Amino acid sequence: MSSETKQILTTDGIPLEISLKKAERKNKIKAFLLVAPLLLFLIITYIFPIGEMFTRSIDDKMITNMLPKTFKSMETWDGKELPSEDVFASFLSDFKILVEKKEHGKLAQRLNKEKNGFNTITKKLFRQVKRNKIDETQSIKEQIMKVHKRWRNVEYWQAIKRTAPPYTSAKYLKAMDMYLNEDNKITQVSEDRRIHRILWLRTVEVAFFVTVFCFLMGYPIAHLLATLPMKYSNLLMICVLLPFWTSLLVRTASWMILLQQQGVVNDFFVMIGLVADDNRPEMMYNKVGTYVAMTQILLPFMVLPLYSVMKTISPSLMRAGKSLGGTPFVAFWKVYFPLTIPGIGAGCLLVFILAIGYYITPALVGGASGTLISNQIAYHMKTTLDWSFASAMGLMLLGGVLVIYWLYNKLVGVDNIKLG
Amino acid sequence: MSKNTEFVKFDKVDKSYDGKVLVVKDLNLNISEGEFITMLGPSGSGKTTCLMMLAGFETPTNGEIYLDSNPISNIPPHKRGIGMVFQNYALFPHMTVYENLAFPLRVRKVQKDEIDKKVDKALSMVSLSGFESRMPAQLSGGQQQRVAVARALVFDPAVVLMDEPLGALDKNLRESMQYEIKHIHENIGVTVVYVTHDQGEALTMSNRIAVFNDGKVQQLSSPDKLYEEPVNSFVAEFIGENNTFGGEVTDISKNVCKVKLQNGEILANPISVSSKGDKTTVSIRPERALINPKDKMDNNQTGKIEEVIYHGDHTRVRLDLLGNKEFILKVPNSSNELDLKLGNEIKVGWNSQDARALDPK
Repeated sequence: MSSETKQILTTDGIPLEISLKKAERKNKIKAFLLVAPLLLFLIITYIFPIGEMFTRSIDDKMITNMLPKTFKSMETWDGKELPSEDVFASFLSDFKILVEKKEHGKLAQRLNKEKNGFNTITKKLFRQVKRNKIDETQSIKEQIMKVHKRWRNVEYWQAIKRTAPPYTSAKYLKAMDMYLNEDNKITQVSEDRRIHRILWLRTVEVAFFVTVFCFLMGYPIAHLLATLPMKYSNLLMICVLLPFWTSLLVRTASWMILLQQQGVVNDFFVMIGLVADDNRPEMMYNKVGTYVAMTQILLPFMVLPLYSVMKTISPSLMRAGKSLGGTPFVAFWKVYFPLTIPGIGAGCLLVFILAIGYYITPALVGGASGTLISNQIAYHMKTTLDWSFASAMGLMLLGGVLVIYWLYNKLVGVDNIKLG
Repeated sequence: MSKNTEFVKFDKVDKSYDGKVLVVKDLNLNISEGEFITMLGPSGSGKTTCLMMLAGFETPTNGEIYLDSNPISNIPPHKRGIGMVFQNYALFPHMTVYENLAFPLRVRKVQKDEIDKKVDKALSMVSLSGFESRMPAQLSGGQQQRVAVARALVFDPAVVLMDEPLGALDKNLRESMQYEIKHIHENIGVTVVYVTHDQGEALTMSNRIAVFNDGKVQQLSSPDKLYEEPVNSFVAEFIGENNTFGGEVTDISKNVCKVKLQNGEILANPISVSSKGDKTTVSIRPERALINPKDKMDNNQTGKIEEVIYHGDHTRVRLDLLGNKEFILKVPNSSNELDLKLGNEIKVGWNSQDARALDPK
């Protein structure tokens, strides 16, 4: 037998494969052109911003560009004792340029973030430079050390050296209530300042329970939708979809009207004598409000995938289960339920991912104990303008979602997801 | 041991879904033990409803169904112990063939080794041994069908219901499955209630056939009787092919009557006519009318050939006979000497015993 397989030719003598490719090329180009706008849109609005967010969250180039010579001469410094004359000289020359550009303030700010006390000593140095008090023919090291005693402290120089890399993980550590200490070790912030971790845990907790509530409420509804005759199921479907047609803000606001202490629900409780008028329970501005409102808003995302899966399950399967001797419960649990798992997976994943990044509803009805990590992100975007910190937290959220997706894939298998 | 002839008994059963229309009207039907009975009828005739009532998925609006002399209307489906094969097989798609077959045994808390034995036996019965670990989606339609049959039989039910089980298969497979199911029935002697709208299926498989129409059993008899001796024009029309003449009885004796047609007169066998002046529909099977009959026959007419269709083993000839332009004849293709040309006039004859004067349509 010859090793090479015989090439199949078309009637015109062109190899079949080439001929096929030629014939298919036009279709391929057409298909690509059809998806191209969407692809472009995705790249511009999704992939590019995420990349931008990522670079912003780890970006620390500002100071790297401010002190180029200093960092260059610091490369040989072991960081244990005070640096050499050479380092001091380069620092001064970098600093002078910054003074000329009036950017020394920014430097002071950045260094102060790294270690408290830089503000004062940078200002002092600035005054000396401004008055041309530093004689460059003499030992610059000696002169700078005289400006303030902290310039003689090796810790401050170590702090400068720590800022040398153009990238930093500080924002990520901060989001976990941690920071890099003087020895480059990851350390926790003092206990009274650990706010982020609480928020992360609360976000996961709220997302988890909202998913559970949505599942518990959505499963029977979806089942009803899938099995009722058309004319009733359409009406029910409209009821399920109705929230979709109302603005999120309106819906959240109506929950506020219902849930507040002088609200409809409380009035009703008082009326039927469930609670005393002067002891109305707080159902808003805490986790209860967040749970109630988010569950209601996210319910359709659970119902729809479940419905679409249940719709495909033939009713004769349940009948078969029963006719073969299974009680209605056994028939449900052994036959019906396993077949709905793809829908459960899709619904839970959808609701959980949406809930974990939910923003407006917790902001409005959550109060202090009901706000989530997304509210913190928004706070840093709008109020402190620490965009890189907001980016870091946003990316951590994205990473978390990807981890959940991965876990889900391991446990259930993504092929088993069915959205419709 | 005499067989219980009232093993399954429908006693004056009515069924209505909406309180306005009766889907099943006053159904009385006895099925004996070990019998293969088919409910045959057009869609909407109530046959599937009957099956569902027997299985327990529908409750009779009135009347009672007895299984082995016990009323079962108040027993839920899972306690009736009736096996069922569904139209679309209803195999559990997330279970292997083995698990599908083991399901009815597991819910009955049968021992593991006993389950293995029974599953093995059931699978070999439908010649699917070795397919235990396959998923239903990996099987062909015919194999899925056989698994469904095996699953309905594996727990030794007294009665097995089959709801158009072969409807989704192609013609060849359907035919071979018909024989297979028939043989299984013969081997294990289970009572089978089979629902279909396919008359061929009903004729080949059943001991008895109940023809349903309009919520009523029109005729309950063995396949040959059903075909040869239909009791009314619906059955005659529904089972097999049929030539009909509408007319009026002009003379009647014990076993022959004279029927006046629009343009002509024929002799017929009075089945559901009793006196002069009755309107009637006369039904003649195509194969009972012969061209140029050699034997003496008491009906002899002349018809004009309108159409000739070649069918392989036979040729169908459409005639214009006595004003009926749809008169069909089946000519075996062994009789080559006939000159079947369009427009030719030919002689056709049949016996009055084969022309059944039934109720008017």
